[in-house]
Amino acid sequence: MKGWLFIFGLLAISTVLLPLLNLWVPEESNFHIPDYMFPLIGKYLCYALVALAMDLIWGYTGILSLGHGVFFSMGGYAMGMYLMRSIGKEGVYKSDLPDFMVFLDWKELPWYWYGFDNFIFTLLVILILPGLLAFTFGYFAFKSRIKGVYFAIITQAMTFALMLLFFRNNTGFGGNNGLTDFKRILGYSLQDPSTKMSLYIITAFVLFSSYVLGRYIVLSKLGRVLTAIRDAESRVMFSGYNTIHYKLFIWTLSAFLCGIAGALYVPQVGIINPSEMQPANSIEMAIWVAVGGRGTLSGALVGAGLVNGAKSWFTVAAPDYWLYFLGALFIVVTLFFPKGFAGIFTKLLSKDKWRESA
Amino acid sequence: MTGAHIKDDLVDTTHGCILYLEEITVSFDGFKALNGLNLYIDEGELRCIIGPNGAGKTTMMDVITGKTRPDYGTAFFGQNHDLTQMTEYEISHAGIGRKFQKPTVFLNHTVFENLELALHAKKDVWHSLTKSLTGEQKEIIEDDLETIGLKEQKNLRAGLLSHGQKQWLEIGMLLVQDPKLLLIDEPVAGMTHQETEHTAELLKSLAGKHSIVVVEHEMDFIRSIANRVTVLHEGSLLAEGKMEDVQNDQKVIEVYLGS
Ligand SMILES: Nc1ncnc2c1ncn2[C@@H]1O[C@H](COP(=O)(O)OP(=O)(O)OP(=O)(O)O)[C@@H](O)[C@H]1O
Ligand SMILES: [Mg+2]
Repeated sequence: MKGWLFIFGLLAISTVLLPLLNLWVPEESNFHIPDYMFPLIGKYLCYALVALAMDLIWGYTGILSLGHGVFFSMGGYAMGMYLMRSIGKEGVYKSDLPDFMVFLDWKELPWYWYGFDNFIFTLLVILILPGLLAFTFGYFAFKSRIKGVYFAIITQAMTFALMLLFFRNNTGFGGNNGLTDFKRILGYSLQDPSTKMSLYIITAFVLFSSYVLGRYIVLSKLGRVLTAIRDAESRVMFSGYNTIHYKLFIWTLSAFLCGIAGALYVPQVGIINPSEMQPANSIEMAIWVAVGGRGTLSGALVGAGLVNGAKSWFTVAAPDYWLYFLGALFIVVTLFFPKGFAGIFTKLLSKDKWRESA
Repeated sequence: MTGAHIKDDLVDTTHGCILYLEEITVSFDGFKALNGLNLYIDEGELRCIIGPNGAGKTTMMDVITGKTRPDYGTAFFGQNHDLTQMTEYEISHAGIGRKFQKPTVFLNHTVFENLELALHAKKDVWHSLTKSLTGEQKEIIEDDLETIGLKEQKNLRAGLLSHGQKQWLEIGMLLVQDPKLLLIDEPVAGMTHQETEHTAELLKSLAGKHSIVVVEHEMDFIRSIANRVTVLHEGSLLAEGKMEDVQNDQKVIEVYLGS
């Protein structure tokens, strides 16, 4: 299966070719990519990164998480806090505090907002916090040998609890409105086409690197240990592997990638609010992977694209039916195409081969 | 050399014994699967364990490998490894390997990859991520493929093997793991007569260098390899001794062989 070559090409094209088509091709041409497309595609690439992270832990290691929305939101909120602080005194109330705090009649910044006016600090939080939470959570869960459905339910409960916490105004993250009305990042206006383009290129590059890293991992012996854990964990333990360490490693890495995806998502979409932590959101992430094909990285990326493409179409054409469609899609895929889109693709390819040789 | 010089991770067998089970008791919801079981295995010994279905043979292996914790009793590997305090992977590292009753191999991995995963090597995350097989390690695997007769199937997914071949693969995985003590649960189930003979030869050739505990129902097979035989019944030891003696034991005939 040469799916990885296809994805490799696709990622290279999105990183380099699309920006060139915007800059060098005249606007009248059919090949010109307009400015507004970049945050849109960038958003999709963030979803693709989430799907990649999800596939590493679920598709390869067999651990279903229904709480990845938490890690995504942590990265997103950290970035959002930085962007809020960068607004400075240009908010509605012309205060040094974020607008929602003025509205709540708060006089000073809560301690956990300290440091977020500094980009480097924010970056460290993005890179460390989601992974750290995952590590701690995973350490206790894996040590107590919580598996399968139980693990999925606990992660789902985690995202639900955090969503409720973030919905409260007093928690200090903007309540149900979340964080929005961002003005600039690192001094560059977020409205500026070149800023949008830069964010897009960074996102594409991060996705590309994560894909290369993911491929390296699943092709290494480590990757074979992970799939072995998925298929027969007790055999792996009796062969002398401390499976807790392996699960912790890939679980933490998955959360780490998910947090980065959230951080890249927020400046391009312009908002982060607690609805990202809705239980349904995390379930949707699992569906991307199921549709694309569990256990193939390229499948996961394609799945994220397909499902979100369908979602965009439904939101315009028939918004009420989206959830029904999603549910039906999930059932059909699970029952009839357990290997998802990637599985169908491989089957078609191998049929062709058979015809050639016959 | 005295015991004091033996490093902690080595198995101290200065008393000639490699496995000590004393008064092991395991109950499941009040039902005693093992009931005050005593068993001693000598270094280099090949021991067969027989007994009717439900006698507790598999449960005994679960206790030795850390899968099941006994309610009562002690289990020592050498004189220095308390098996009841160790995790599965620590027990494996100390040098105990196991073949399950139902053959358990990695069905989505190739035969070669199955052996690669079992191979005696550093098994931490970092090594798995960064190191690939050395030429020497590949040779060990190739030799092993020869021994278990799966050279042709080396790149085949293990899920496609026959039942007997899966048994062989699992035995092969044990061999490359290079344990000091092998626990083998019903190795010849599903094997042809010829394959069974081959297995007997293999196990006999391993004894001496390794200590081996084999659980089997297949009497001809037992007869062809057995030195000492232990009979389990209702979770305790019913008889122990040479095959001929055990076969003529009145109690054994009643509960097991007679049927
Ligand atoms: N996890 C468990 N929970 C409850 N009962 C169990 C469990 N494991 C084993 N048993 C019971 O303990 C008894 C001993 O089982 P065990 O598998 O050790 O027998 P065995 O000697 O290996 O039998 P066989 O020859 O059929 O393999 C049986 O009655 C079995 O039903
Ligand atoms: Mg048994």
